[in-house]
Amino acid sequence: MQLSVWTYEGPPHVGAMRVATAMEGMHYLLHAPQGDTYADLLFTMIERRGKRPPVTYTTFEARDLGKDTAHLFQDAARDAAARFQPQAMMVGASCTAELIQDDPAGLSEAMDLPCPVIPLELPSYQRKENWGAAESFYQIVRTLADRKVERAPREGRRPLVNLLGPTALGFRHRDDLVEIRKILDALGVDIHLEAPLGASPQDITQIGAADFNIVLYPEIGDEAARWLEREFGQPAVRTVPIGVSATRAFIAEVAELAEVDPTSALGDDSARMPWWSRSVDSNYLTGKRVFIFGDATHAVAAAKIAHEELGFKVCGLGCYNREFARDIRAAAKLYDVEPLITDDHMAVEDAIMAVQPELVLGTQMERHIAKRLGMPCAVISSPVHVQDFPARHSPQMGFEGANVIFDTWVHPLVMGLEEHLLTMFRDDFEFSDDAGPSHHAAHAPKMPQASTPTQSAEPEAPAPTIAPVEAANDTIWTAEAERELKKIPFFVRGKARRNTENFAADQGRFEIDLDTLYDAKAHYAR
Amino acid sequence: MNALPPASGCASELATLERAPILRERGQREVFCGLTGIIWLHRKMQDAFFLVVGSRTCAHLLQSAAGVMIFAEPRFATAIMEERDLAGMVDAQDELDRVVTKLLARRPDIKTLFLVGSCPSEVIKLDLAKAAERLGTKYNSSVRILNYSGSGIETTFTQGEDACLASLVPEMPAGDPNGEKELLIVGSLPDIVEDQFMRLFDQIGIKRVGALPARQASDLPNLGPQTRYLLAQPFLAETAMALEARGAQRLDALFPFGAEGTTAWLQAAAREFGIDEMHFNSVIAGPRERAKRAIEHSAAQLNGKRISFLPDSQLEVPLARFLNQELGMEPVEIGTPYLHRTHLARELELLPQSARLSEGQHVDRQLDRVREDKPDLTVCGLGLANPLEAEGFATKWAIELVFSPIHGFEQAGDLAELFARPLRRRDVLRV
Repeated sequence: MQLSVWTYEGPPHVGAMRVATAMEGMHYLLHAPQGDTYADLLFTMIERRGKRPPVTYTTFEARDLGKDTAHLFQDAARDAAARFQPQAMMVGASCTAELIQDDPAGLSEAMDLPCPVIPLELPSYQRKENWGAAESFYQIVRTLADRKVERAPREGRRPLVNLLGPTALGFRHRDDLVEIRKILDALGVDIHLEAPLGASPQDITQIGAADFNIVLYPEIGDEAARWLEREFGQPAVRTVPIGVSATRAFIAEVAELAEVDPTSALGDDSARMPWWSRSVDSNYLTGKRVFIFGDATHAVAAAKIAHEELGFKVCGLGCYNREFARDIRAAAKLYDVEPLITDDHMAVEDAIMAVQPELVLGTQMERHIAKRLGMPCAVISSPVHVQDFPARHSPQMGFEGANVIFDTWVHPLVMGLEEHLLTMFRDDFEFSDDAGPSHHAAHAPKMPQASTPTQSAEPEAPAPTIAPVEAANDTIWTAEAERELKKIPFFVRGKARRNTENFAADQGRFEIDLDTLYDAKAHYAR
Repeated sequence: MNALPPASGCASELATLERAPILRERGQREVFCGLTGIIWLHRKMQDAFFLVVGSRTCAHLLQSAAGVMIFAEPRFATAIMEERDLAGMVDAQDELDRVVTKLLARRPDIKTLFLVGSCPSEVIKLDLAKAAERLGTKYNSSVRILNYSGSGIETTFTQGEDACLASLVPEMPAGDPNGEKELLIVGSLPDIVEDQFMRLFDQIGIKRVGALPARQASDLPNLGPQTRYLLAQPFLAETAMALEARGAQRLDALFPFGAEGTTAWLQAAAREFGIDEMHFNSVIAGPRERAKRAIEHSAAQLNGKRISFLPDSQLEVPLARFLNQELGMEPVEIGTPYLHRTHLARELELLPQSARLSEGQHVDRQLDRVREDKPDLTVCGLGLANPLEAEGFATKWAIELVFSPIHGFEQAGDLAELFARPLRRRDVLRV
């Protein structure tokens, strides 16, 4: 048993629901008790879908258990087939139905339903949502793909590609697709199929007709892509175009497989991010310490952007989906940090507190952790929240995605000019430390209060006459050094205090005076 | 009970006999399971912690239903069963001990721990009563450990609260069985509403009043033959039986929604406690008038409008009565997961004969009826609201009726407003 207050991923059948809901003409028959229908609201409320997810729940009760839950399943299957007339039906069990072992696959096979059936075995007590989505999509492709489909000769036609991975409830999938379509259009590559989002079972049968695949979301699309590679000899583009250089690499990779000239797509002049990053106001971004956590694909992409395109320093990197831990480990090596592979948000909180980053890039959970700790934060990955479905276009992928990312990550930070002004005017009565930067005053607490042992010692108001303050690790601050510390802007003060105390401890100094403070500053100068 | 007018018995049976038979349906239910009650129960009982013994689905349900609330460290969690628990590689009872020990070490503020059964724990017959007893002995005086089931195979949404409160009943002290009558309010109410009721009872002249659940689960009120109880919520069948098994008597009344419902509810207690009618009337006159004035704000918007309820919280019948009686709405279909004929007898009497009552659910057929009936307002769960809106139906989220303070005189206006707002919004919008 695992004690859990909150989980990054739902159970695997929710992943299957994300696939079914993304598609047209698909229906999912889920052997499940009442209450499992809560998952519908993820789609209707978070994503604001105007349709119910195409899911029928068999809704068995305790009193059915001794009797005939299998019969209930078959009735529900027949009703759903008649009412919704789907082109194909996914059948499976939720966690409870898995325990009663009714064998949905066998039951539906015996029924001779009027449409193809895709039986799903999603082990609820071992696996999670992303895996469930990937496995469902793979089974759908495997079951439905017409193996006799052949690719037409390349001469005299434009190259054809499948986009694999976008689903319902995906983090910015809707908007990413718009950007990918733009790129492919500029390259003269036609989209044969986008799946699962928007695809019908009929469409899936023809999946083999494309020249190659693009795996946009490996967590969901890679399993199917590997099968398509084997079955139809379709190569796959696996570079995920998040960030400027990744987008360029993606374009080059697509162009090579499609045998087209990449120039037109590479020359897209909507890419503002490189200049925004080079302009002088961005100087202050240099070396900002950033902590990154999310699904592996988005976390790895974020680390690359942070390091190469914004000049941040990656001080923490991790993911919650163990299946892709290898990618995180490889990336962590590049930035010389310890990879954090965990689905326990409290472990993530501890890691954030330990490294005291200047910016947190994470999921909605890290946003809340950062808010509590008074740290700037931006969201880069699912699990999704109603805020992750903005009304406006807000992609992560492509050049426009990079523009969006620049804004989203940089705005929570104190802006370059503002940083100078804070230092210049910090003693103004109107400009007290408590005011905080204007643009996130509504979100951030005034101070990182009582969040860590080192910060909890910090008094709220200046108190110059106060006796020496005791630091976390038995060192003592002189009143003079304490006053000097107060003159440091509040948003770096916590770090300065911590660094100075660590430095003093390393040096075996028990009292922190002015000299220790400035010795430490020199020691940590970068 | 002899002070009460003889309205409940045969009259109500007659009323329900004249009505078209209740439509009983079996099929897909679009409702939450009983675990969801933890979201309001943990806020009500501030020294209690709820540990669901279940699957990742249970944890996901709780965080999805609780929304942002979950980001503060809440007083509930899930012990997620894993493959090794099921495959017999470890003893599930040992695992539970380990998890509880870890939890209680981290949260020394917990005085009552509820082990909450789920669908998977029920199916594998994990004996939580045994676990509660064993752990209870281990933590002896420091933490009380109770158990109940909030599983979807046994409980629908608010029935989770029923099961939870029923598990508290054996813990209630006996008090003095031969002493003065005591009043017990049963059903969790927001603190502000509970305080309003307590003030009113005090002014009315009923001095010995307790509430179940108590704000501190360690501070339960007395229970015995001296107890007269008023249900504040219509979904507490099991709790009521447990109370009566210990000698308590239910005061039959309307539920305290709207000016009329609240008056009748308070009056049932006043009569039982021998309070002078004039005095009672003088105490409630002010708040009752205030409630009527507040309700009046929504009357123009709601009068004559047709409303359908999809089954959700069992609050449907009393709310339909309130909307019909005090705001002139016409209930088309009143769906409820479970219809308690006795507890709802007085409510049912007041419903217009034209209202169609349905119990249980077959969601697809029910939606067909909504499309056919074309009500002006449909009360439904969050999974159905936006899809119905997209089809052109105005909807009211049923869950808000459970999470918002809606009982009593002072909330009557807010309750009416909850139904008026979706309609007013439609009138306002020009996009």
